[in-house]
This record gives sequence, structure tokens and C-alpha cells, in this order.
Amino acid sequence: MEVCSEEAVKYVWEGAIPLQVHLHESEVTTLPPPPPALVLGSRIGYFPLLVPLIKPYFSSALPPGEDTVWFDYNGLPLKWYVPVGVLFDLLCAEPERPWNITVHFRGYPGEVLTPCEGEDSVKWSYINSLKEASYVITGNCKNVMNMSQADQFDLWQSLVKGNMDGYLRISSRLKLGPLGEDCILKRSSSLQPRQATDEPEIVGFNRPTQIRTPVIMVYTRDPSVASICDAYELFFKGRIPVRLYLRNVDDNLEDLEDAPTIDSWERISYINRAVEIHKEGGNYMTLKHAMRTLLPEIFDEVPMLIHEAGAEGNHEADSCFADSETVSVTRNDLVEETSCTNQQSNKAKLIRIQGIEPDLDIPFSWVVNNLKYPDYFLHICVFVRATSPQAKST
Amino acid sequence: MASVCHWDGTLSPSDFDSSVSTLCERWREANTDLPQWLWMPCHMAGASSCNAMGYLAMENVYHQNAKEEVSCEGSISGDMELVDDATLVKSYKDDMHVYDYHIAYNFNFRVPVLYFRGYQCDGCPLKLGDIEKDLPAYSLNVLRESKWTFITQEDHPYLHRPWYTLHPCGTNDWMKSMLGRDMPNKDPHMLHYISAWLSVVGQAVGLRIPLGLYKSL
Repeated sequence: MEVCSEEAVKYVWEGAIPLQVHLHESEVTTLPPPPPALVLGSRIGYFPLLVPLIKPYFSSALPPGEDTVWFDYNGLPLKWYVPVGVLFDLLCAEPERPWNITVHFRGYPGEVLTPCEGEDSVKWSYINSLKEASYVITGNCKNVMNMSQADQFDLWQSLVKGNMDGYLRISSRLKLGPLGEDCILKRSSSLQPRQATDEPEIVGFNRPTQIRTPVIMVYTRDPSVASICDAYELFFKGRIPVRLYLRNVDDNLEDLEDAPTIDSWERISYINRAVEIHKEGGNYMTLKHAMRTLLPEIFDEVPMLIHEAGAEGNHEADSCFADSETVSVTRNDLVEETSCTNQQSNKAKLIRIQGIEPDLDIPFSWVVNNLKYPDYFLHICVFVRATSPQAKST
Repeated sequence: MASVCHWDGTLSPSDFDSSVSTLCERWREANTDLPQWLWMPCHMAGASSCNAMGYLAMENVYHQNAKEEVSCEGSISGDMELVDDATLVKSYKDDMHVYDYHIAYNFNFRVPVLYFRGYQCDGCPLKLGDIEKDLPAYSLNVLRESKWTFITQEDHPYLHRPWYTLHPCGTNDWMKSMLGRDMPNKDPHMLHYISAWLSVVGQAVGLRIPLGLYKSL
């Protein structure tokens, strides 16, 4: 499996949600009311960037006044700094095509949404996210802060226009990836010195077929690498920026289609925390391992056992433990291991990344390299089947 | 966990927790007029055993025209101090503003972050322009001159609503300058981290830091 597949990245960049945008009834001043606008919203883009496309449909119908544009889905104001694709994956439990969205040009809900003054606000938010991602990956924001004005402008424009090649060309200068299969960040200067002194060289990474024994020779005059421990930390540990959106659904739900609509952001748990990477005992880290670091209770490796009266009991339990590493997991049965489920535990219903429900056994590095958003974050939507009453109230 | 002599200015989640307790203690001992800091833990499905999940809250800080600060200790704090009613009534004018301050841990930048908001007495939220008018001159200077301290509006990490905040991206650098690269040697559990941090960010938002907090650094 390629570490970074241009085909996959292209697929992601070309992803778009068909939107049917309705003007809110309180703002319609014409009869008949204007028909909805049909617009394609790029998955990796943001709602305020669609305003220039949408406004012409409605400008003649609007009441007098200044525009303060915002969007809602079923009454829920949409957070404008979250990519369109993430909002769709999260809020439409069962994908709705076209996605029916309402646009408002007045009455900005300032107590619920941070202010947005058009494209500049979105760009500012994007650059801040990029800085945060860079900090997570390298330990500082310098590479983003040191981007020339021209590069920053070009990077932003390539995102706005969906120009993947332009984006990849400029973003590669930030040296934030890609991640190797063994989760070692492959960068030409892998050690980011804490003080800007000479960059170390990595002579070789030797991986014999049977035993994975990394051999790394590091020549450095970087004073912050004072010991083998420091070098180890820099090579074998790392952090990947992740933004997780967690939504509880009722356990009794057979069909996601029947999931109640979200009426408040209080119903979504937002976890903005990096996944710590370590080499997992010689094997590559899977998506499941990564999810376990963020949501240990939901992606528990060893489920609690229920012994049926008179059944194989312990023997079955033992084989369960032995197999837990290698059990193959199908898409919608994430933690359901047939003989060993604890009916009381939370079971994740599904994970959505870029509109895809990936197999949990996929190498995490592949997921990161191919499914991350242009802000270098992996945005993950998780639907959790909640059994206990206290889980529902989260 | 960088090696001890090369501290990068950040704080681990568990050290944040210990530092929180130390701040609360210091604040209590400092005998300030301001309300106490209260720790508000937050449970998040699937990650409940995590350190540093929650925020410190100091609320209902009354503020009048940047010259006087009167605190109002309501039932939100454990201590019910006797308040001079006459003073309160006199100060209860239209231009009285109320502020809430929260401190939460940022897992990506690995530093604390200050969130705050202001209201008029009728509950109407203050805009940034109004807040800046409340800030003393030294705060405005800090905000203007330092490239690291600027006020933005972001979603509160636990309350899901917009709050004003000081962006955390430069915090580790100036904490490292302030406390020195060998801080972990002097204070292995970073107990004084938040107190030191608050003494700086507090200035940017016009929060009067009690002298007792400085002395213990």
C-alpha cells in the first residue's frame, strides 16, 4: 500500500456535497419567494466561501440592511470554521443528497457563533489551524509564521479554488509529512532543532525482512539532542493533529436514518487532541490503535467478558484474548467480537473520515496521509451507540 | 517530556492538574478581594479518565470604569463572605460590567489558555470594543506591543460558545524565557507554572493579580 497516494488525495480534493440552499423565510421580501440555490460545496472548503456563489440568487429578495451571513441545518447554526465535508458527515447521520441548508443574511447569532466577516475570517482561522497542526507535528509554528506573504496567499487561493497541485507544491515546503508506514515522519530534515543550528543527517533506515530493527545514525550538532533519549523521542514518538467530533446515538437505533437531528452543539463532544505515535511492537499502527488513544473506553481492545452459564467459559476467554490483535473487523461491527462482547460497554457505531467509513485495520499512516484536510488535521466523526442513560446526557 | 535541561515551556496534562491545585491554594492565601478559582471537571464520553479535562472558573468579577473593582461572592464560591450591601447598592449602576474568567488546558499547545467574557448588568454581552474600554492602560500596551498576546474569539472548549481568549501559540516561548530552561529542575511537578503564567496573561486582560501570587514564584 502506498504511503501517500496521489489518486486518493485527488479523490478527496474533488469531493463535494450537493447543496440545496434555501433563504430563510423571515428574510424573503418578494412574492413568489426565490427558489433554492443549487450549489456544490467542496468537502475541504468552508461555507462562507460559498456566499459569492449563493448571494446572487437571493440579493433581490433580501430586506434592506447589512449582510451578516450564516447558515443553519434544521435550525442548528453551522460553525463556519469547520470544513463543509465534516459538517455533512457529522450532522447528516444518513447522508442527504442534496443537503438542504438554510442561509441567513441577517440576525447573526453571536451568542452561538464566533463572528465571521467573510473570506478574511476564514483565511485567518485556516492559518491558525495550520499553525496549531504545525505545532503538534514539529513543536513550533515557525514554518508557518515564516511563510512569505506570497506563499500564504497562494496556499490560501489554491484551497479556495480547489487547486490541489498548487496546494501540494506550496505546502510541501512546510515539511509536515508525509508519514511513513512505520509512522516515522519522512522529512528531509527530520530533526527540527530547537535552536536553528545545523540539521542532522539520517544515514539509513535498515529493515531486514524478518526482524524490524531500525538502524539510524544521526550526526548532529544540535545541542537540544543531548542524549540517545532525545533522539529516540524525536524519531519514535510523534504527534498527529486530530479533531474528533463525537455524537451519541441511541442503542436501539437500527437505522442511522432515524437518528434524531442535532438541535444544539451541546450534543456533540469535540476533542481537539493529537494522537501520540509509537511503534507498536514491530507492527504498524492501525486506525484502531489511534482511535484507542483518543477514546480508550470506546475502542477498548479487551472487551469485558460475559460468561454464559455452562459454556466454555475461561477457555473461550483465553482464545479471545489471543485473537484480539488479529481479529478482522468489518466496517460496521467495529468492536463487536462475536464471542466476547460485553453488552454493557459502549460500542462505536461508525467512524467517518472524508465521507468514508474506513476499516479500522488500515494503517493509521495511510489514513493520515490521504484523508487529512488542507489544515493538516484529520477530522474524524464518530457515532457512538450509547446504552446507559448517563451516556445520553453528554 | 523533553530532557530536563531543555524544557520547551510546556506543561503536561497531569502537571496542569497539580499546578491548578497550587494556584487555588495560593489565591486563597493571597487574601484578595477577587472571587476564588473553582475547578469544574468535564466528562467526555469515552475519555473520562483523562487528566486536565475541565476548566478553572472565576466568575462574577465586577468592574467599574477601570478604576474600581468590587467583587461579588455569591453562592458560586464555597466561602460566603459578608458583603457590604451599601457598597454594592451604590456601585450598581448602568456602567457596571461583570466578567467571568476561565482557564482550560490546551492539549495541542500543551499550555493553559485564558478565556473570558464580559456583560452589562442586564446580562447583555460586551463586545470587544467595550471590553477594551474597561482595560487599564498597561493592558492595552501589553496587547499592542507583544506579538504573542492578542485577543480573539473562539469556541470555549467545553461550553461550546464563543468566548474571548488570548491565543496560545506563543505561550511556551515566553514561559520558557520567563521561567528558564531548567525550570523542571527547580520545580519538577511544575507547581508554579499556572501562577507564573497567570501573572503575565492577567496583565493583558486587566486582571489584578494579588501580590501574594508573585511572591511565591
